[in-house]
Amino acid sequence: MAEITTLHYLVVAAALFLTGVIGVLTRRNVIIILMSIELILNAVNLNLVAFSRLYNLHGQVFAIFIIADAAAEAAIALGILIAFFRNKETVNMDEVDLLKW
Amino acid sequence: MMPVATTFFFYFLSIIAVVSAIVVITRKSPVHSALALITTLLSLAGLYLMLYAPFVAAVQIVLYAGGIMVLFLFVIMLVNLEKAQLEERFNKQWQVALIAVLTLGALLIFIFEKGRSVFPQTVTNFPENTNTQVIGLLLYRDYLMPFELASLLLLVAIVGAVVMAKKRV
Repeated sequence: MAEITTLHYLVVAAALFLTGVIGVLTRRNVIIILMSIELILNAVNLNLVAFSRLYNLHGQVFAIFIIADAAAEAAIALGILIAFFRNKETVNMDEVDLLKW
Repeated sequence: MMPVATTFFFYFLSIIAVVSAIVVITRKSPVHSALALITTLLSLAGLYLMLYAPFVAAVQIVLYAGGIMVLFLFVIMLVNLEKAQLEERFNKQWQVALIAVLTLGALLIFIFEKGRSVFPQTVTNFPENTNTQVIGLLLYRDYLMPFELASLLLLVAIVGAVVMAKKRV
């Protein structure tokens, strides 16, 4: 079998990224949308680590920063979700329209 | 020197990652999605190990699969999802979304095909036993300012999450 190059990792990351985008655009459940965002962030992380193998370790440091950001994002988003659920009793994305009116 | 089973493990881990990512966005129950997402994260940690990034792999397991996913599961249990599971899973604009995503995928394939020659053919081999040490030095010397900003960001996120989830401020 052929040797695994950086391009292989990039293709896997692209597949994960596209899956995450499909999830964000098509699902109605807010929790699944947040999970899709985590998928997108992980695809970016895989890209960074794969590129850092070509040059130096700075890419891995960036991956760690992105993981920290993902933790902050998940905490805030789930807090907003709990506040929203308390008001509306639903987790459907289509009903998040308070700012429209 | 190439390890023997590298190719096999690469395909094994990436197929697991992609398939469980698809499971994440198609299941009805959010708990199933969360479990599939944990599988994706663990196989990505395996891919990081194959890329000579043991520290990132460990952080991935501890922080993502351990921390963030527990947070997700807590919220899934706090929020009553009985009604949401009976509803339609996908929204009405899913055809448009699919077309957009296919365009994006075609663009990515085009870029990869065009840029194939740009990547350096040789990879640098990092010593694995000093990986954590080197990353620590980078974090505390070169990236000291972003590191402190990240701690500030986490503090703001903690306060924000508490304020958001509180009943009455």
